[in-house]
Amino acid sequence: MIPQDTYPSIVPFLTCGWPSPEGFLASVRGLAKVGCPYFEVGFPFSDPIADGPTIQLTSSEALEAGMNLKMCFELTAQATRESGIPAVAMTYANLVYHLGLNEFCQRLKEAGGEGLIVPDLSFEESEPVKEACNRHDLHLVSFLAPTTAAERRREVAAAAQGFLYLVAVRGVTGGAGASGPELQQLITDAKAAAACPVLVGFGVRGPEQVMDILKAGADGAIVGSALLEKVRAAGTDGASIEKAVEEFLGPLVQACGATPA
Amino acid sequence: MQALKQWPDARGRFGEFGGRFVPETLHAALTQLEEQYRAVAQDEEFQAELRSELKDFSGRPTPLTRATRLEKAWGGPRIWLKREDLNHTGSHKLNNCLGQVLLARRLGKKRIIAETGAGQHGVATATVCARYGLPCVVYMGAEDVRRQALNVYRMRLLGAEVRPVESGAKTLKDATNEAMRDWVATVDSTHYIIGSVVGPHPFPMMVRDFQSVIGEEVKEQLGRLPDRVIACVGGGSNAAGIFYPFVEDESVKLVGVEAGGLSSEIGEHCRSLSAGSPGILHGARTYLLQTEGQVSATHSLSAGLDYPGVGPEHSFWKDSGRVIYESVGDKDAIKAFQEVARCEGIIAALESSHAYAWASQNAGKFPDEKDWVICSSGRGDKDVAEVERLTEEVNS
Repeated sequence: MIPQDTYPSIVPFLTCGWPSPEGFLASVRGLAKVGCPYFEVGFPFSDPIADGPTIQLTSSEALEAGMNLKMCFELTAQATRESGIPAVAMTYANLVYHLGLNEFCQRLKEAGGEGLIVPDLSFEESEPVKEACNRHDLHLVSFLAPTTAAERRREVAAAAQGFLYLVAVRGVTGGAGASGPELQQLITDAKAAAACPVLVGFGVRGPEQVMDILKAGADGAIVGSALLEKVRAAGTDGASIEKAVEEFLGPLVQACGATPA
Repeated sequence: MQALKQWPDARGRFGEFGGRFVPETLHAALTQLEEQYRAVAQDEEFQAELRSELKDFSGRPTPLTRATRLEKAWGGPRIWLKREDLNHTGSHKLNNCLGQVLLARRLGKKRIIAETGAGQHGVATATVCARYGLPCVVYMGAEDVRRQALNVYRMRLLGAEVRPVESGAKTLKDATNEAMRDWVATVDSTHYIIGSVVGPHPFPMMVRDFQSVIGEEVKEQLGRLPDRVIACVGGGSNAAGIFYPFVEDESVKLVGVEAGGLSSEIGEHCRSLSAGSPGILHGARTYLLQTEGQVSATHSLSAGLDYPGVGPEHSFWKDSGRVIYESVGDKDAIKAFQEVARCEGIIAALESSHAYAWASQNAGKFPDEKDWVICSSGRGDKDVAEVERLTEEVNS
């Protein structure tokens, strides 16, 4: 199950096996070193409709380099074992259903996974996946968006487990920065109804934003596209990637007031 | 068992297919769209406005033409052609666009987006946007932009912005991904006119209903039930539109023809129904061409059929046995394209040519059948240059 007592914190997102299996493992070393309590690992899918250009590209590059589901589980297992922190998998409904709900959840758990995020699994379609997750001691994460109506916010938040994922902006991952009264209202509504931590993602790029998000009452932030851009800029060398991840995430973690391990 | 015409259920499911697999951001818009659609389906004023536009702007009803020279060449049943190519803009696509643009106005949306493969849906969308004064953005795979230059120019003439999509194989699937991403970001102001019976609920139901005018007219024009109705299937909108009014008429055999492309090897065809397996793409559970859960590359010379998924109701009709899904390859489609032009004076779209090709190969096999209806879903002017290029390749 996803840790519940490590907040406020930063949850980084990485595309599994990108820019290479070794580069991915180096990124996980870097984020563990600065004190992230767990990480999101994206299992690349050919048609990621909730993702912006950065994650579309990392996903398609990973697939072109030969990543498949089996390798995703293996690499995730290695990353969680080496780093000593758990993972939450993020992938699209087709991959989860393709393997079969039970088998997917079992293999994720065996790989050190504690939760699952499926951005194209609507609340209405989530019940079978949630049951399979819970059978294997995994949380299934739910989403709230700025467009989610008030009554639905209460309903989804009340049923949330692991953490509640707030989509900061209308749009796909990596879009315009998250802030403003609309986000404030979303955080307030989520906190009022959710029994689990509330994290903000989509468009989180810097420490000021993280502080704004925490000030607004959230328990932390998810950082994906901005982190992957730093990894890309660091090139292919594992040590450079690890350092780039530390240097980028360090100030964000500090903004949370957490102490690096 | 629920009657075939009663689907989808309240969750947007056709049996185990369909549903609503979308990011949370789109939930509110889809719910609102469904509510409004159910309201206008019962609203006589809306239906009268739509009928009037279909008649006076699009030129409906389209004729049902008897093809006596094809009958002679094929030796079999009487052949009737449902002439969707004679709709304004040259295909059945306008039926859906007129319905959806009227709905978008009721929803107060100020901007329209669409995806397009062959460009026929893009042209139809650009056309209704021009008529109703709405800004229009059409996403089109870069490969299709190349293959369908004439339609790109038509859309631009009509005032639409055509955005080439460079991701993936640069065809319809990738254009649909990009249109969905646009919609996620702009959902408050924008309506997404999906061009086929695909996507999250309520799109497959709504597009089918708007296209059902095709089959309803056939029923009336023929005055009796045909033995068989044949239509091409990419996403499946012209097929759904001509099949749906007949699904409860058990004596009528329904044949959907998929693009067999170059071969039966994965990546070289678009046979989602006859060679795929159930999966989830673009918001719905449906038959899908996939490898280890990744959506496969596809090929057809016909851009409008070049799609790895299919409307979820077709998946349901396949599994229930109500519709038979067959396929025809690139070469046979070209042959039919040429044959129909010479025999009947109709240059049909390459998409429709797949339906003609199946009929051509099979008409002689059913001596007891009297009337066949082929959905001639669009005109082929857009394909002339590509066919010329391909046949020159063969000849050189």
